[in-house]
Amino acid sequence: MSLPSGAQAALDAFSACQGWEQRARLLMQWGEQLAPLSESERCESNRVAGCESQVWLLAERNGEHWQFRASSDARLLRGLLALLLARANDLPQRELTQLDLPDWFAQLGLARHLSPSRSNGLQAVLTRMQQLLTTDD
Amino acid sequence: MPLISPWRADFPGILALEAEGQTYLDSAATAQKPQAMLDALLGYYAGGAANVHRAQHLPGERATRAFEASREKAARWLNAPDTQQLIFTRSATEAFNLLAYGLEQHFQAGDEIVISALEHHANLLPWQQLALRRQLKLVVLPLASDGLIDLTQAAQLIGPRTRLLAVSQLSNVLGCWQPLEPLLALAQAQGALTVVDGTQGVVHGRHDVQALGCDFYVCSSHKLYGPDGVGLLYGRTHALQQLAHWQFGGEMLLHTDYACATFRAAPLGFEAGTPPIAAVIALGASLDYLNSLDAHAVNIHELALHAELLNGLQQRQGVRLLGAPNVALASFVVEGVHHADLAHLLTEQGIAVRAGHHCAMPLLQGFGLSGAIRVSLGLYNDGADVQRFFTALDQALELLQ
Repeated sequence: MSLPSGAQAALDAFSACQGWEQRARLLMQWGEQLAPLSESERCESNRVAGCESQVWLLAERNGEHWQFRASSDARLLRGLLALLLARANDLPQRELTQLDLPDWFAQLGLARHLSPSRSNGLQAVLTRMQQLLTTDD
Repeated sequence: MPLISPWRADFPGILALEAEGQTYLDSAATAQKPQAMLDALLGYYAGGAANVHRAQHLPGERATRAFEASREKAARWLNAPDTQQLIFTRSATEAFNLLAYGLEQHFQAGDEIVISALEHHANLLPWQQLALRRQLKLVVLPLASDGLIDLTQAAQLIGPRTRLLAVSQLSNVLGCWQPLEPLLALAQAQGALTVVDGTQGVVHGRHDVQALGCDFYVCSSHKLYGPDGVGLLYGRTHALQQLAHWQFGGEMLLHTDYACATFRAAPLGFEAGTPPIAAVIALGASLDYLNSLDAHAVNIHELALHAELLNGLQQRQGVRLLGAPNVALASFVVEGVHHADLAHLLTEQGIAVRAGHHCAMPLLQGFGLSGAIRVSLGLYNDGADVQRFFTALDQALELLQ
């Protein structure tokens, strides 16, 4: 199973990363590429509960394929969301449900951001993503 | 001259974290423990564990003596007149819940419970829920701009329907000593019960519950350099007598048959089930350790560290302090920077500070904030810890601004 091209680019960039500063800069750059959500899309029903920052996640299904959009008021979290979408978007349902997202963040050297101490909410986003997938059936 | 804590080497945890590259500045959440406490914990288990207040055998007697010796030490620490006025709970939060359930029968619909805007959730939710159960009014005392409870407004809000006042001694977000004396006097003039949340306050300086004159004083062990799993509830004898029993089982009873039972008075009547024996014994060791220190020197060190922290924060552009902290901690936000981003980059640099709402969501909302960064100090922190924090803060802000 080959990586989507965006994900491959992310993996290349983050693998080459040296030190926390470079990683933070890169995360912010990725976050800036995230397509903005409209005011009405940043609503309570799209909000992911359990995050200290505000995070919104939207999912849309086109036939077999899923398209996610997300944003946050925190910049570094926007970067993490961009990396999540780069890996998860445009996958067929079957591949998406089997996707090991914690492993994806581990490959990027960002495993710590999935800590159970809920410090940034990425874990809550993954949980919400799973819920969106399963409630669609 | 750099500030050096002469007690740092007594805390293996702070040394281990340092060796790992972590600068621990989150003691207001939980403190590192002195070696003496670790020794006591291991000593109790390695020497032979036994349950307390039950068995006639030697190990049981030894455990009970050690357990009750801790009660004496805790009573002395707070200057309680009698050891029997100290109840061990599982946490400070449990102590507040004990009070809210134990006093419930004394409230009538329309009675008022008064708290303040800066209360930790532990001293908000039990009263909020009690108010909902009994149709009471929860009155929230507002703060003045310096972060202190506004006494002029308190004098108007504490009235003839006030049955209970529950306020914090030292805010876990704002780090300022609250004007307890006039507040308690206002409540007592109305015949209301008074509860003081000493969870943060008890860690800094010595406090005398008799001089305070409150009916109940609550604090926890784990912030006071003791183990987690233990909370303390002091009560005046008359106030303790008003508590209904709330958790049942274990040795809290005098007599029972299948149909009904009679219960012990405080403290044992409120310590249902096997208590956290090892932790209570180990808390005694922490208190012995703290007693062995020069309290004046500790105080001077803590104030000097705090001054360095405030100074550094005030020197930096765009930093907004929350309230006017006196001791122990400082919470802040930086203009144009999300607290989560700052927390992220401080974490990357091995700085262990707290970010978020600090279990005081309504207070942060009152400041118009969703969160803040809190730096908090223990007696083992050095000036170098504070300096490392500032170096990391500057690096983070350079990236973010």
